[in-house]
Amino acid sequence: MTDTAMSGPASFADAGRTRDPGAAPLTTADGLPLKAALRRSQRRLRLQAVLLVLPLLLFIFVTFAIPIAMMMSRSVQNPEVSEFLPETAAVIDDWDGEGLPGEEVYAAMARDLATGQENNTVGRVTARINREIPGARGFMLGTAREAATLQPPYKEAMLAANKGWGNERYWRLLKRETRSITPAYYLLALDYEYDSNGAIVKRPENYQVYQPLFLRTAWMSLVITGLTILLGYPVAYLLASLPLRTSNLLMILVLLPFWTSLLVRTSAWIVLLQQQGVINDLLVFSGLLGDGSRLRMIYNQTGTIVAMTHVLLPFMILPLYSVMKTISPSYMRAARSLGASNFRAFVTVYLPMTIPGIAAGTLLVFILAVGYYITPALVGGDSGIFISNLIAENMRGTGAQVRLAAALSTLLLVGVLLFYWLFNKIVGVDRLKFG
Amino acid sequence: MIASPNGHQNGNVGAGDASYVRFENVQKSYDGESLVVKDLNLDIPRGEFLTMLGPSGSGKTTCLMMLAGFEPATHGEIFLNGHPINNLPPHKRGIGMVFQNYALFPHMTVAENLAYPLKVRGMSKAEIETRVKRALDMVELPRMAGRRPAQLSGGQQQRVAVARAVVFEPDLVLMDEPLGALDKQLREQMQYEVKHIQERLGVTVVYVTHDQTEALTMSDRVAVFNDGRIQQLSSPQALYEAPTSSFVAKFIGENNVLSGRIASIEGDTCRVELDGGGTVGAVPIAVQGIGSRTSLSIRPERVVLDPGPDVPNGLDGVILELIYLGDHIRVRMDVAGNDEFIVKIPNGAEMRPLERGARVRLGWRTRDCRALDPVG
Ligand SMILES: Nc1ncnc2c1ncn2[C@@H]1O[C@H](COP(=O)(O)OP(=O)(O)O)[C@@H](O)[C@H]1O
Ligand SMILES: [Mg+2]
Repeated sequence: MTDTAMSGPASFADAGRTRDPGAAPLTTADGLPLKAALRRSQRRLRLQAVLLVLPLLLFIFVTFAIPIAMMMSRSVQNPEVSEFLPETAAVIDDWDGEGLPGEEVYAAMARDLATGQENNTVGRVTARINREIPGARGFMLGTAREAATLQPPYKEAMLAANKGWGNERYWRLLKRETRSITPAYYLLALDYEYDSNGAIVKRPENYQVYQPLFLRTAWMSLVITGLTILLGYPVAYLLASLPLRTSNLLMILVLLPFWTSLLVRTSAWIVLLQQQGVINDLLVFSGLLGDGSRLRMIYNQTGTIVAMTHVLLPFMILPLYSVMKTISPSYMRAARSLGASNFRAFVTVYLPMTIPGIAAGTLLVFILAVGYYITPALVGGDSGIFISNLIAENMRGTGAQVRLAAALSTLLLVGVLLFYWLFNKIVGVDRLKFG
Repeated sequence: MIASPNGHQNGNVGAGDASYVRFENVQKSYDGESLVVKDLNLDIPRGEFLTMLGPSGSGKTTCLMMLAGFEPATHGEIFLNGHPINNLPPHKRGIGMVFQNYALFPHMTVAENLAYPLKVRGMSKAEIETRVKRALDMVELPRMAGRRPAQLSGGQQQRVAVARAVVFEPDLVLMDEPLGALDKQLREQMQYEVKHIQERLGVTVVYVTHDQTEALTMSDRVAVFNDGRIQQLSSPQALYEAPTSSFVAKFIGENNVLSGRIASIEGDTCRVELDGGGTVGAVPIAVQGIGSRTSLSIRPERVVLDPGPDVPNGLDGVILELIYLGDHIRVRMDVAGNDEFIVKIPNGAEMRPLERGARVRLGWRTRDCRALDPVG
């Protein structure tokens, strides 16, 4: 390149010259700054890359980011009182919360009820309040029907119409719920609530549903993850060490579950495990069990664990396999030539080398399991359902509490993210190998 | 053993020194249809550096794996120090091993790798520490103890692998193409280092390679493998200067081949009629008898141009190509129908100028020309 007599392009000679330090900023042959030229030449490439992923980005934004954001905002929204009792909401803020509110609050309530009755919106707010003060729906609707005929002073008139209007708790609740953002659904999702004084307290024992269910979901997912490791590890090892032709056949068997509908597979487990099912029949037939003592293996935790372990097994085997495939047999041989027994070589050399696969499989299976819905719904009975089943329950039907469902879902999401964070701390996600 | 190079020999009293490792009629088949190792008989004395040399697929690794215990012999018996070891699992054989990919445990540091065989043997912490340190000093990597294998260069990994294979003081170390992954310069340097370590420790080494230079520079003896058999087992010098088969002559070093027929045999010389015309003298090594076909093998550096009257074997050749290599000149010639005939001429003061297309007289001493089994 130092040979200037060379017939190369002009930029060659330039490149040679611009090496000395302290020279003017680098430029191309026609005097453009080199940096700008580079940027310009790469802009096209970058634009191309953006265009390539743009459809997917849009798709994810519309179907993933937006719904999740909506769900999260819903979980804290609290529009009913401020929206459907606007006049009450406006004046109740001035009330100090002691005893019963004054006449102007009752008057505002009377007007709101009249408007609500007219617009048929009164049912929305009564349902909301009735969830916290059973019976409120009754006296509110009753008074609403006569709201148009109520005469001042409204406080006395309403108190006369129904004792409910004298309930201090009712008014304190109203005052609290005029705020359009509330943590109430998160409290509920964690089995807490406001007591009559507005303090946050644990719900009564027999109403505590969600916290135990969260814990059960996490615990059972851990059990399922552990089982998939125990069952999947030897299979993955076999797959990785067999000659290619045999291992391909085995791989098809591993992937077979992916090719059958989840419903079909789960139903098959019902056929197998139910009390009049194949396994119980065989046990009774072979005399191992009396007819009266047939095992309950489904519609409980056992059913969920068995069926979900089966469903999620491939997600453990595949990352394990992909890691094991890359481990040369010479490592085990080296360990053995150095004096380690087969077992010791496995524990001290092979197992540690497969940790990236175990970790990836664990992450996949656990996160999939925590949010699983269909299988627990079908075979879980009462004791084997997951949190997602209750989320679904809260989203449909007449007693739907979409905001509670949103809060539960958000908590589940936070839990998964927390798990991921913890996992990253311990194992390091950059060490994982998914396939 | 690193402390006392002779230490290992103490356990050797009375054991037949002539064969520390012994293969006896060993055969190996993987598929039950073909033999990968065919009737192997080999005796390796203690302290020897023996190299198994041969083309890829000739069964070298298989022999090593049988010796290490990772593959069972289909037939025959292998002895170590006089004891049959066919039923001894690998971890009880006490054989050090260096693998082509080094097989350093990636999740352990260099020191942990070296400590592994010592820990397995239940040594004390202090003992392990001194031995690991000594081993690292031996391979000149004293400051790498805390590194992971991935943080080392290829040459450093290679040294650690060697150190790990000898740190527990085995009497026998197997190496399967340990230098195959290194570049040429590093490979040559490592050849000497491995050889020096072997000499210093006095261990027996069975070394596998397909690189003949490596085999010649490092070994006490070389076993040339082809097609599951040992073709020749001798010192590097004998291998180069006195090949006993055309395969070995061709495989080791550069070699000129001339085909012909045995015309007569007198004592330890014979006359061969070349297919390309002319008759030359040769040493009969692997010939069937008068009238049979043979291939003559002559090393390029043993051919002289313009031979004097004392050189009996003269032929005419045409220079096809001249390659200047500084210290010598390679001349490709057409001699007796072989247009790949190579002659190496030292670049001496009195060398006469050569030209392409020129016709020259060449010759060699009868003992430099070996009549071997016919090829092709
Ligand atoms: N594990 C194995 N299974 C089946 N065939 C094998 C196996 N290992 C080696 N072979 C075959 O045995 C022959 C010799 O192999 P090998 O001993 O590795 O030769 P080399 O080390 O001399 O290259 C080759 O043809 C190879 O294909
Ligand atoms: Mg090999």
